Amino acid sequence: MQFKSHARTLAIALSLALVAGCSSTGGSRDGSMDGTGANGGAGTGTAGSGQVSGSGVSGDRAGQQTDGRIPDVRTIYFDFDRDSIRPEFESVLVAHARFLRSNGNARVVLQGHTDERGTREYNMALGERRANSVKRFLEVQGVSPSQLEVVSYGEERPAVRGSSDDAGAQNRRVVFAY
Amino acid sequence: MKALMTTWLSAVLLMFGALAHAQDDLTIEITRGSDRATPIAIVPFAADGGELPEDVAQIISDDLQRSGYFEPLPRDAMYDRPSSGDEVRYGQWSALDVRYLVVGQVSRGNDGYRIRYELMDVSGQRRMIGENVTGGANELRAVAHFVSDQIFEAITGIRGAFSTRIAYVTAQGTGDDAQFALYVADADGHNSQQVLNSREPILSPAWSPDGRRLAYVSFETERPAIYVQDVNTGQRTRLTSFDGINGAPAWSPDGRRLAMTLSKDGQPDIYIMDVGSRNLERITNSSSIDTEPSWAPDGRSLVFTSDRSGGPQIYRYSFGGGEAERLTFTGNYNARGRISPDGETLFLIHRSNNGYQVARQDLDSGRLVVLSDSRGDESPSVAPNGTMVIFATQQGNSGVLGAVSADGRASYRLPSARGDVREPAWSPFLN
Repeated sequence: MQFKSHARTLAIALSLALVAGCSSTGGSRDGSMDGTGANGGAGTGTAGSGQVSGSGVSGDRAGQQTDGRIPDVRTIYFDFDRDSIRPEFESVLVAHARFLRSNGNARVVLQGHTDERGTREYNMALGERRANSVKRFLEVQGVSPSQLEVVSYGEERPAVRGSSDDAGAQNRRVVFAY
Repeated sequence: MKALMTTWLSAVLLMFGALAHAQDDLTIEITRGSDRATPIAIVPFAADGGELPEDVAQIISDDLQRSGYFEPLPRDAMYDRPSSGDEVRYGQWSALDVRYLVVGQVSRGNDGYRIRYELMDVSGQRRMIGENVTGGANELRAVAHFVSDQIFEAITGIRGAFSTRIAYVTAQGTGDDAQFALYVADADGHNSQQVLNSREPILSPAWSPDGRRLAYVSFETERPAIYVQDVNTGQRTRLTSFDGINGAPAWSPDGRRLAMTLSKDGQPDIYIMDVGSRNLERITNSSSIDTEPSWAPDGRSLVFTSDRSGGPQIYRYSFGGGEAERLTFTGNYNARGRISPDGETLFLIHRSNNGYQVARQDLDSGRLVVLSDSRGDESPSVAPNGTMVIFATQQGNSGVLGAVSADGRASYRLPSARGDVREPAWSPFLN
């Protein structure tokens, strides 16, 4: 599974490097994000390209590279019992949106996860809600729904074992699986 | 009855015998004895023809103690060891405050064992029941559970559930090293057999009412899908693999339909699939989460979890009319409801100040009582006679199975050496 997705990643990166120059913009779309984050609006107004480079997603200055490469940060985290995008992760989603818009053949599975608290099937639904929250964000950014699939794992695939608050915080997440 | 018993046992052993792994079995640790348990003595059975591979009286004693209804007398307190009713001196046993006495003997034949047992009422100084049971060479444990069932029913008036089985899921490792497996075992954790293993999650096993099939959710295709598997033959079919959630399968009492959670049309909603025709009927249609359906024993209604009020609460949908009715109001997290076989009690997971715990709600009065003293509880499943609830809980950093009596007075755990154990499902009556 791991090898397979890695191979696919390489293939996409190689084939799309050829067309990367065609659609290098995307900054103008950021304005449409205002207020859609369902997080009280904090920080959404400034979710521009500056934050993208600030969060460690490399190559933003060179638009061609960013559009040709899958962003490095592929996991975002959620507050307890919440499905809203935290402001600090909006730049990550913006980077993925830009990549997906530029690479129309790329597809990503948004894997929704919860911590272990509560019942398993209810958590399956909560994990899906988180992944759908990311999906909506990307669609508002202009990503085609056909590029996005949501799969919830609920609490079945924790990143970290244990019931501590710290473990819970690392397990409440959505993973971009290209 | 006895012939039937033998036939059934032979069938079960033919199917399972070769696959059993004793080292995988769960063990039992009594964590709380009921203060209302009835004192009983199960005298070691006389063995005719050499030592037996199983201590039949000990298995019966463990069964009865686990139920919380009985407190067996320790063997070292027994002055006398009669093996038939004629040999019983009642005065000795009443001096020990023993209310009931079980005596018996086992003889080995050419093709198995013959067990004779008698249940004596000490204060009435009379025999209540007694019979001969025969079983094959590997059937001593099953015979012992059968005897436990007869004794339990003769004294309590409640059908015994010691000859039932449990299904559960084990998980080891995380990430790419994760291993998941679905097992079935006797209700006391013995005779465990692996039904399925996978590198992807398995959850929500549910027994068909005839005890022959398990429905469950498996991610083996890297997407959730509902499967139905014949426990004996291993033959299985994939029933659903819609986009989104395919979860929480629950058999109708007639075994012809499965309620389930699907999110193919947007939010997770409750659907019912006819297993034969695969026709699908949508039951709920809300913008909230609706999941964890479970049938009332009369088949006339379903309970399910919904967050339509803001947080998870349990609702009841009645076939043939009306809006779903909210059942739970105590606290802000009540989920995964299961109705008792008599239809009067709802068992559920309730979040209290102590965490997530197994609770019981009287459906008439609405009164909710927490049953477990653990936290991090999940997946309650009710014994077919309604006396016990098995569930998943945490012990240290591991998932273990626990069980608590319906009145909360008695509890036990089933630790395992094999990683996390979770998602227990108690089988229906099998005989």
